[in-house]
Amino acid sequence: MSSRYAMVIDTAKCVGCMDCVVACKTENNVPEGYNRDWIVQDVRGTWPTLHMEIRSERCNQCDEPPCVETCPTGASHVHDRGGVVLVTKELCVGCKACIAACPYDARFIHPDGYADKCTFCIHRVEQGLDPACVAVCPTRCMTFGDINDPNSQVAKLLTSRKWHTLKAEAGTKPSVYYLT
Amino acid sequence: MTTLSRRKFLKISGATVAASAVATSGCSLGNSGAGTKESGIRTVATYCDLCFWKCGAIATVKDGRLWKIEGNPLDPLSRGRLCPRGTGGVGAHFDPDRLRTPLLRRKNRGDEEWVAVTWDEALGTIAEKMQKIKAEYGPEAIALFSHGIGGNFLKHTLKAFGTPNITAPSFAQCRGPRDVGFRLTFGEDVSSPERTDIRNAKCLVLIGSHLGENMHNTQVQEFAEAVGNGASVIVVDPRFSVAASKAKHYLPIKPGTDLALILAWMNVLVQEGLYDKDYVDQYGFGFDHFAASISTATPEWAYIETGIDPDVIRETAREMARYRPATLVHPGRHVTWYGDDAQRSRAIALLNALIGSWGRKGGFYTPQSMDVPAYPYPPYPKPLKEKVDNPGHRYPFAHETITTGIREATITGMPYPIKGWFTYATNLLHALPNDQETIRAMQNLDLMVVVDVIPSETAGWADVVLPESVYLERHDDLNVEWFREPFVAIRQPVVASPHDQKPGWWIALQLANKLGLEAYFPWKNAEEYLEKRVTAAGLSWDELKEKGIIRGQHQPIYYSEGVPAEFPTPSGKIEFSSPQLAQAGFDPVPRYTRPTQGPEGSFRLLFGRAPVHSFSRTQSNPILADMMDTNEVWVNANAAARLDIADGQYVRLRNQDGVVSNRVRVKATERIRPDCVYLVHGFGHTARGLRRPFGKGASDAQLVTRSAVDPLMGGTGMNVNFVTIEPAEDNHA
Ligand code: SF4
Repeated sequence: MSSRYAMVIDTAKCVGCMDCVVACKTENNVPEGYNRDWIVQDVRGTWPTLHMEIRSERCNQCDEPPCVETCPTGASHVHDRGGVVLVTKELCVGCKACIAACPYDARFIHPDGYADKCTFCIHRVEQGLDPACVAVCPTRCMTFGDINDPNSQVAKLLTSRKWHTLKAEAGTKPSVYYLT
Repeated sequence: MTTLSRRKFLKISGATVAASAVATSGCSLGNSGAGTKESGIRTVATYCDLCFWKCGAIATVKDGRLWKIEGNPLDPLSRGRLCPRGTGGVGAHFDPDRLRTPLLRRKNRGDEEWVAVTWDEALGTIAEKMQKIKAEYGPEAIALFSHGIGGNFLKHTLKAFGTPNITAPSFAQCRGPRDVGFRLTFGEDVSSPERTDIRNAKCLVLIGSHLGENMHNTQVQEFAEAVGNGASVIVVDPRFSVAASKAKHYLPIKPGTDLALILAWMNVLVQEGLYDKDYVDQYGFGFDHFAASISTATPEWAYIETGIDPDVIRETAREMARYRPATLVHPGRHVTWYGDDAQRSRAIALLNALIGSWGRKGGFYTPQSMDVPAYPYPPYPKPLKEKVDNPGHRYPFAHETITTGIREATITGMPYPIKGWFTYATNLLHALPNDQETIRAMQNLDLMVVVDVIPSETAGWADVVLPESVYLERHDDLNVEWFREPFVAIRQPVVASPHDQKPGWWIALQLANKLGLEAYFPWKNAEEYLEKRVTAAGLSWDELKEKGIIRGQHQPIYYSEGVPAEFPTPSGKIEFSSPQLAQAGFDPVPRYTRPTQGPEGSFRLLFGRAPVHSFSRTQSNPILADMMDTNEVWVNANAAARLDIADGQYVRLRNQDGVVSNRVRVKATERIRPDCVYLVHGFGHTARGLRRPFGKGASDAQLVTRSAVDPLMGGTGMNVNFVTIEPAEDNHA
């Protein structure tokens, strides 16, 4: 079976410190005012009986990516390793169709005119490194790997823990999983 | 290499001001990308300075430009991972608001009108004024406010000049009460990094300590580890903090009543016989008197004060007992809240003593350090006068210098005049309570010098501003830490300073030369100084430069591993009842008094931290500002609705003394009690040179016009201010 990269994020450990966001900024030179990942604090209940889930969110690297489907130029595509969704910036005309199609608001137009988003740090992954956000996280709440490999950490976590994905009803089959 | 003995730790832990070293000069441009057409990738090992945890880091330079900073995997503090501020440290180098060149005041103090001058002129002016002050008032009339290891070299110059008045807000405005409370109980400080064994705790109690928002790296890493291991977390906080969201028990306490809760917990442990009797019998002193003193502090009594259900108090006390001794009641860090802080901290120490967590796994470990000798300097001249901050020892248990005591002496001239201030890397106008008092003091000076990397509010009041290189551009002293395991770390330049900034060691050395103190600087540059110390410790200088860290041998850190249970208190035991306190006229066992309440319709002002900023020092960092560029005032959603104030609306806060804040947006939230509001500290900058953060958000410091002074040690409790909320007239973005 071919590889399928996934990220498994343990919301019980995540403190929402934004280190993942900062690390992505410096690693990928994300311009000021834009982010490829972000933190959501999901608060339920009323004071003082409250529940809060903290999530580090990003492009879900969907198995059925609507952004790729709608891209008129082929700039948005699925990479041949791990099913990662990437944008070839030279082919992108900045039409924003992908932005409209993405249910997660994961994309933005880079000041240089092309659609940009999380790449799962494929340039690092291909060197055998974890994505920058995973590598930096002080809580070690994020795990990256090949979900099709039953011996991988990610696969094991998904069989041993409860999890959910974001907007599963959108039918995009996300590859970012949240342990609860 | 050797590691320090336990005895030596006790000695050092008891020293008044950490003795420290000095450094050198001479930027080693070999390490720097300045002006060269450098290409390719190189890395330099150093340690972080975005806060004072000092995590080991590896900086990467790509084609001559600083690219990223990551944790040094060899470093036991960061364990290869920095916190968001450390990762964003890149922005400290690129910050366009940085100080660039030495500045002399042109108009009135506080006008922020400057002339750029050369280093020679700036240092010459300072030296001349210092000599004049010395001639008229003695060298003791110069004071230094310094924060962080970078200040070591300047401290050396000023000690050589002859002043004993060297201080930092970290004592009287932060962790001082905690260290006093623990010292009175166990004879030792908690110290920094805290000797808390969070990683191994099975039950962790956080009282107002907002780990996860407060990002002291190792503590947060260990907190997440403990949570991941299923530790039972108990959080006491008027605000539903991030830590509270991880808790099994969240106790939304009424602000200012923590001591009542702690006494009630101890009451339950004693009444129900749940405490560690063997430990208390073996190591405790004055237990019977203690037990009698807390016998009326029942959960029902505490309920009236704290608002916490008596059953919850019992249940959480039992939970602590269930996991003992691996139950850690965290002592906190910033604990200057209500003026009863040293006694509250002492109560926390006593609660830990009942649990038997001091010296035990999952409680408090015994830290170790490398034996790295200080640089062999000539002895400092002996000041003729005692320190100025604590005349007559009116705060008998202050074992460090009290900033606000120096401020007071500067205003009153008593017990003797203070005529010159140096501040190093600390923004006093945001750190000390009552900024108007600080301004009054500064107006009384003949010389006010600020050494910093950014033009802070305090720099605006200086006569001379000296721009320091940021940590990525300089050497600093060795970090020889007391921690889980011994290690030594080096800070060394990664890139060159972009303008006319200079490292702290260079500034200290040049100033010493101008003052005729050359004899105190036997070295010419920081590398010479560092190499001498490292070699004297029997370590390899080349290895340290290359790896950034050298680790020593692991030593026992728990009683169970053979660490002797020693308590350097007068009785040699854990003092449940304290004769020292009784003798000085204080309660030998902590006693609760109800905090003063604010005017009807007002909210108690609380403040804390966000994970992406440190103090008021990082708001101009472009990367960190991109994460968070302003604060919000947290208001309980119902309370906001009652005031007809909407989430996101701009308001101003008015305190009990009529001080009105800058406008700030409301965060109407369920996550806070209806009787208090909360601000993240460090925003609401008013210094014109801080162009990026200028005017963004509200400053808690400005609203902290009052403080409750701790009678034991002079700490300034700052959670005693009250505000009302008024819509901002100009309610647009
Ligand atoms: S805790 Fe963060 S800011 Fe402080 S030294 Fe460590 S990485 Fe730097």
